Amino acid sequence: MSGYQIVVCGSIVPDPLQTLEPVTGPSGPVLKNELMLPAVLDPWAGHALYEAANLAAKTPGSKVWLVSLGPKAKVQQVMMAVGQKVPFELVALDGPAGGFVDAHETAAALADAVKAIPGIDRTKLLVFGGWESASRGAGATLQILGERLEIHDQFQGVDQIAPQADGSLEILERVEGGQHQISVVAGPPALLGWATGNLPEPRNNPQVGMANMRGIMPALQKSKPAKVGTGDLQYLAVTLPKAQRETRVVKNMPTDEIAREIVEWISKD
Amino acid sequence: MDTILFLSHTEQDGKLPRAGLEALGAAKELAQALKATLVAGVFGKVTQPAAAQLAGTGAARALAVTGADFADARYATDAAAAEALSRAAAPTIVIAPGTSRLSRVLPAVAHRLGGRVDTHATAVAAKDGAPTLTRWFYRQRMEATLKRTERPWVVLIDGGCHAAVVPDGGAPALEEVPVAIGDAQRRTRVTGFKAPRSDAQTIRPDAKILFVAGAGWTKKQADGKPHVEEAEKLILGFLGATKASLGSSKSLVDLSGEGNAVLTFMSHLNQIGQTGATPRHPKGLATCCHGEEPHVVGWRFINERRAVNLDPNCGWARGKADVVYVADAFEVVAKVNALLK
Ligand SMILES: Cc1cc2nc3c(=O)[nH]c(=O)nc-3n(C[C@H](O)[C@H](O)[C@H](O)COP(=O)(O)OP(=O)(O)OC[C@H]3O[C@@H](n4cnc5c(N)ncnc54)[C@H](O)[C@@H]3O)c2cc1C
Repeated sequence: MSGYQIVVCGSIVPDPLQTLEPVTGPSGPVLKNELMLPAVLDPWAGHALYEAANLAAKTPGSKVWLVSLGPKAKVQQVMMAVGQKVPFELVALDGPAGGFVDAHETAAALADAVKAIPGIDRTKLLVFGGWESASRGAGATLQILGERLEIHDQFQGVDQIAPQADGSLEILERVEGGQHQISVVAGPPALLGWATGNLPEPRNNPQVGMANMRGIMPALQKSKPAKVGTGDLQYLAVTLPKAQRETRVVKNMPTDEIAREIVEWISKD
Repeated sequence: MDTILFLSHTEQDGKLPRAGLEALGAAKELAQALKATLVAGVFGKVTQPAAAQLAGTGAARALAVTGADFADARYATDAAAAEALSRAAAPTIVIAPGTSRLSRVLPAVAHRLGGRVDTHATAVAAKDGAPTLTRWFYRQRMEATLKRTERPWVVLIDGGCHAAVVPDGGAPALEEVPVAIGDAQRRTRVTGFKAPRSDAQTIRPDAKILFVAGAGWTKKQADGKPHVEEAEKLILGFLGATKASLGSSKSLVDLSGEGNAVLTFMSHLNQIGQTGATPRHPKGLATCCHGEEPHVVGWRFINERRAVNLDPNCGWARGKADVVYVADAFEVVAKVNALLK
């Protein structure tokens, strides 16, 4: 095996600690002040990226690309941080990354970007991404991307990939009831939608950061606008749930009494 | 007129999964509301036992793709089966349960059919003669109702969102739809399952209560020392007595992943929240979790919520739980366990 070509698809999402509020935009719902909200790398896509870097580091001759479709200025901010962590080459597409965009349109734009990567070789290709985004949470973009790339060995909710001596790959996917399904695919091409994986977030590495930055800025400069939108989706209503509960804060209650109250509550149908 | 295809795999015993019976209930109701034709399509190694479960749904046809090639949840063969059933039924709407098996393939199948897909639907309904769907965005932080014009529209419904159908009457005859499978579709082999040791099987989707442990269980306590072993005993004691499902905050599972002395039975699969699961249980008890927003989104589908935390200013106290007990979780859970004995 002369290495893998690992293409990770991942974009940005609003920092989860931010308050999010839907408002109506010119072509459907958007978030209030969407472009002002601090953004982070979409968490499951982040795990995919770190797993890709780890696999590439263990397999000589491998290379990692990060294909990111998002508003250029926000992607740039996030890349300043992500670029410090693991080596990759950025392929940037300038377009909306919000939750109300249609997965079919995003997948079409990503497929074109992957096909346009110079020297891409199907016999080495592993397409990675997060199994769901923290914005749309569709769990649909990667499957459609895979179809467009004619990759018919696909895995979702992946927590582990292990190359075998014969060139095959053993893959663990999350299934119901806290179990993993174990599969073996003969080899690339394959598509993996990652869940959490097994790696901690890598520490910042200034050398990696410097090497990445040489490619990140030019990639952002030449990023093309991607025509993605809500497609045929029509949103009839987008609402915040009634967030506030009437919380009863119980202070100074003896432990015995708390325990009795909890047991009574648990036992009641 | 709309044709609605109810689409599901079968389990190893040839019956529909529970989420399948729920999606079938949703498909049946939608067909009635839209005055649409209902067609059922099932696939798996064995399908005949599912026929009896389709009884009384009013399905005009019942289609099946059956055989050893469809025993395992494998993308290439599952997609081929689902595509063949869809082409045979020529539906405008496909309703399927959001099991891991169908979630893996149906977005791709929608693309093959030239249609569109929506996942994690919590409800489908008819409005002015057209179907609409409800789902959450931004990890359960806002809820939207939407519709589409493109067809076929493939909809995956999350488990626990609709009442399961109760079969009634005679089983329809299954019409077998032929699907040719070649070696190209067998590049992947499913070789087995990895389950936690049976005493460590802490994720119980059908449990009445979710018990969530936070990083506080591993932190220094009043005496200046952590008490991780005691925490393990208390948590396992509670799970044993109540048959609760175990959830975790992100901080706690991350500690486990980084090799710290922590709860040995905890893994990323237990994590709930922004980057974890959003399970459905009638009740939830949070212990030693701070109750910050990324954590609380994991509680969206927990009806009654209580929390135990030492900190009266924790996030839970701000309108997120029904009751917050400001108390030491070690003491409270020990007493609770004693009472449950
Ligand atoms: C991108 C992103 C994604 C995230 N996704 C998730 C996610 O999916 N799920 C998630 O949970 N978090 C998530 N978070 C993290 C989240 O913001 C919090 O950091 C985390 O949930 C806090 O965990 P905790 O409450 O267990 O720990 P801590 O914040 O450490 O709180 C511990 C609590 O334990 C209490 N305590 C200590 N001892 C006792 C005792 N004896 N009795 C009672 N109480 C005690 C303390 O008062 C404290 O409130 C995410 C963050 C980011 C940035």
